[in-house]
Amino acid sequence: MTVLGSVALWVAFLVGVWGALAGIVGGLKDRPDLQRSAQHAVYAMCVALIVAVVSLEVALFRHDFNVEYVAAYTSRNLPIFYTWSALYAGQKGSLLFWATVLSLFGSLALLLTPRHHRVFLPYVAGVVALVASFFVSVMLFGQANPFQRLPYTPVDGNGLNPQLQNPGMVFHPPMLYLGYISITIPFAFAMAALLSKKLDADWLVAIRKWTLLSWLFLSIGICLGMWWAYVELGWGGYWAWDPVENASLLPWLTMTAFLHSVMIQEKRGMLKKWNLALIIGSWLLSIFGTFITRSGVISSVHSFTQSNVGYFFLAFLIVAGTTSFAVYATRLPLLEADARLESMVSREASFLFNNLLLIGIAFSVLWGTLFPILSELFQGTKVTVGPPFFNQVNIPLGLALLALTGIGPLIAWRRSSLPNLRRQFAVPATAGVFTLLVLLVAGMRDFYVLMAIGLGGFVTATVVQEFARGARARHRQYGEAYAVALGRLLARNRRRYGGYIVHTGIVILFVAFSGMAFKTETEATLRPGESVSLTSPYGDTYRFTHLGISQYDALNRQVTAATVEVARNGKNIGILTTEKRQHVDGLGRPTFQPSTEVGIMSTLRLDVYTVLAGVVNGTEQAVFRFTLNPLVWWVWYGGMVVALGGLIVMWPGGGAPAVKRTQAGYAVRLVAEQ
Amino acid sequence: MNAGTKFAIGAVLIVGSVGYLMASGVKETGQYFLTPTELTQRIAVDPSFYNVGMKVGARVVPGTVSKDVATQTLRFQVTDGSARYPVVFHGLPPDTFNDSVEVVVEGRLQQDGVIYATNVLAKCGSRYEAVPKA
Repeated sequence: MTVLGSVALWVAFLVGVWGALAGIVGGLKDRPDLQRSAQHAVYAMCVALIVAVVSLEVALFRHDFNVEYVAAYTSRNLPIFYTWSALYAGQKGSLLFWATVLSLFGSLALLLTPRHHRVFLPYVAGVVALVASFFVSVMLFGQANPFQRLPYTPVDGNGLNPQLQNPGMVFHPPMLYLGYISITIPFAFAMAALLSKKLDADWLVAIRKWTLLSWLFLSIGICLGMWWAYVELGWGGYWAWDPVENASLLPWLTMTAFLHSVMIQEKRGMLKKWNLALIIGSWLLSIFGTFITRSGVISSVHSFTQSNVGYFFLAFLIVAGTTSFAVYATRLPLLEADARLESMVSREASFLFNNLLLIGIAFSVLWGTLFPILSELFQGTKVTVGPPFFNQVNIPLGLALLALTGIGPLIAWRRSSLPNLRRQFAVPATAGVFTLLVLLVAGMRDFYVLMAIGLGGFVTATVVQEFARGARARHRQYGEAYAVALGRLLARNRRRYGGYIVHTGIVILFVAFSGMAFKTETEATLRPGESVSLTSPYGDTYRFTHLGISQYDALNRQVTAATVEVARNGKNIGILTTEKRQHVDGLGRPTFQPSTEVGIMSTLRLDVYTVLAGVVNGTEQAVFRFTLNPLVWWVWYGGMVVALGGLIVMWPGGGAPAVKRTQAGYAVRLVAEQ
Repeated sequence: MNAGTKFAIGAVLIVGSVGYLMASGVKETGQYFLTPTELTQRIAVDPSFYNVGMKVGARVVPGTVSKDVATQTLRFQVTDGSARYPVVFHGLPPDTFNDSVEVVVEGRLQQDGVIYATNVLAKCGSRYEAVPKA
C-alpha cells in the first residue's frame, strides 16, 4: 500500500503543478482548453490524494509497523477509535490531510460555483492547485513522506500520545484544519478577482460564503480546543495564550473583521482595498500558524520537534506574501471606493471602528506571540510576555468591541438622526445601566467584570429589541402570530438575525470569561477520610473528602484513581474520580509520561475541578488540587450559540437574492417604524 | 469638520490606545528569558538582577530531582551545559516533568544562588509530538 501511496503523492504533485500553470496561464491568455484542463487537474489531484489517505489508513489499521509513521503514532493496543485519527496526529500525516482536504474543498468550489462566476474558476483552480502542490512537495522533498519505510519492522509501535487519546482531540484538530484550509478558497477567489480584473461586487458573494464557512469551522475548532485543554491538560483553565492558540485566533479575528466590513462594501461600495487585504492577510496568517507549529521557532506545548519542514513554510510564506501583495498593488487603481463616509454616527463608521479594534487585537496578539523573537533580534535579549500581557491589552480592547457589538446594529446606514438614535438606544442603554446597578448592589466591585456584564446586558437588549421590532412589524403587516412572525423573521433574514444570534453567543462568552476572574483553588495532601474546604466566589463552602485510591489495568494503561466526595454547605452533592494514567505498550512496558485525568462536576454556576497530582510513595495518601471555576459551562454554551448563529447565516438558499431581500426588509422596517 | 476627519481622529485614538496598551503591557509584564550561562553573565555585571522575575530555559540535571510529595516541594538542578543552578518549587509539577526534560523555570534568583520557581513548564521529549493545530 505504501508504494501506491507514494505514487499517488507524486501523481498529485505533478498534476498539481500542471493545474497551477494551466489555470493561471490559461486565465491570463484566455485559453479555454487550458482553463478546462486546470479544473480537471484539481479533481485529479483530489482523487490521487484520497487514494494516498486511504493507503495510509489501511497501513494504520493493518498495524504495518514497517511504515515509520504507523510505528510512530499507533500501537497494537490503541483503541480503534483513535487509530484512524493517527492520520493527523503527526506532522507527515497532517500535511497529507491538509493537502487532501484543500483539494476536496477546491473541487467543491469549482463544482458549486454558479455559472455567472465561471470567469474566476481557472484562477481559483490554479491557486488551489498551487497551494495544495506546495503541501505535497513538503512531503516529497522535506523528508516528510508518511509512507517512508523503516529498515526493520518493530514488534509494536510507539502508540498515540495519551493526551491525544481524548474524544475532543479526535474532532478538534480536523475542525481547526477545516477552518485553516478553507481560508484558501476565499483567498483563491480574491486572487482570481485581482488577476481577472473583475472587481465588481459579484465576486464578493462567492468569497463571503466561503469565508463564513471557514470562520465557522475555525470557531468550532477553537472552542473544541479550549474544551480539550480544559478537560485534558489539567491546569484548570481553557485558554493559556499559547503561541499555537494565538495562531488559530489570528485568522479568526481578521475573518470576523472581514465579515463585518464586507457589508459596507455590499451596501455602499466602500472599503474594497481593505476587504481584499483582509482576505489575503487571513490566508497568510493561516500559513503563518502552520509555520509556527512546524518550525519550533516559538516554544509551545503544541510544537512539533524541530524539523526543516519549518523552512519550507517560511519560504512559502515569504514568496506567497510578496506575490499576492504585488498582484494586489498592481490592481489598486481598480479598487477605488464608490462612496465616502458621510457621518461618524453611521453604521459604516461603527463597522470601521469594529474593524480597527479587531485588527488591533490581532496585531497585539501577533506582537506578543512573536515578542521573544523580536526582542532577541532587536535588543539581543530574549524577553517573553505571557497571559498577563495578553489580558492587560486585550480585555479593554475586547470590552470596547463588545460595546460596538451593541452600538453597530442600532445605528442606521449613512447617517442617523438624533430622534432616531434616542428611540434606538433608550431600551438597550437602560438595560445596560440596570444590569450594572444590580451587580453593584450585589456587591460586585471588579471594574472589568462590571463592564463585561453591563455591556453584555446592553448588547442582549439590542438583540431582543431587534427581534421584537421585526416580529411586531410582521405581526402588523401580515397578521402573523408572534411566534410565527419570529420564526419567519429569522428564516427570511438569515444573515441579519443569524448575526444577532452570533452576537448573543459572544455576549455569553464574555460573561463566561469574566467568571474566571473569581476562580479559587487549593492544594492539599490528604489521607483517606481527611478533607479540605474551599469557599466559592458565591460564598458557598465546598468540602472535599478523600475516599480512597484504587489501582487497576485498562486496555493500554495502568490507572491510579482517587475518589473524592464533594459536599456543598455540608450537603453531599456527589463523588468525583480523578486518575493518574501510565500508558503501557503491548508488553506492559511504560510508554510516554504519566498523564492526568481530571474529575469535573459542571453546574451552571461553577465547575468543581479536581486533579490528582500524585500518591505519596505507594500509600493511599494523595496530593490533590481542587479548583472552583465559575461559569465555565457557559463558555461551551456560548460557543454552541455562536456556531448555531453562524450556521443560520450560511444556511443555503440565500446568496445574492438574500442580500436584496435583507435590504428590502430594512426599507420595510423603516417605513413601518415611521 | 467632515466625517472623514472625525473618523481619522477616532482611528488615531484607537491605534494610539492599542499601542499604549501594548507598550505598557510589555513593560509591566515582560520577563527575561535566559539560559543559565546568560544568567550568570548578567548577575556578574548587574547585581540588581537578583530577585527579578524571569524565565530560565534549561535542561534538568539527571539525578538531581528530589520530590517531597507531602510538602509538595520539588528540588532539582538545571543546566545548559556550563552554568548550573539549583531550583526550588512549591506546587505540582507538570505530568511531563522528569529528570531529563527541558524545562522553563519561571521565578526569581535569590542571593543564596537558588532559583525560587513560581512555575515550572516541561517541554516534551522527542517521542512527544502533540497533534498539530495548524
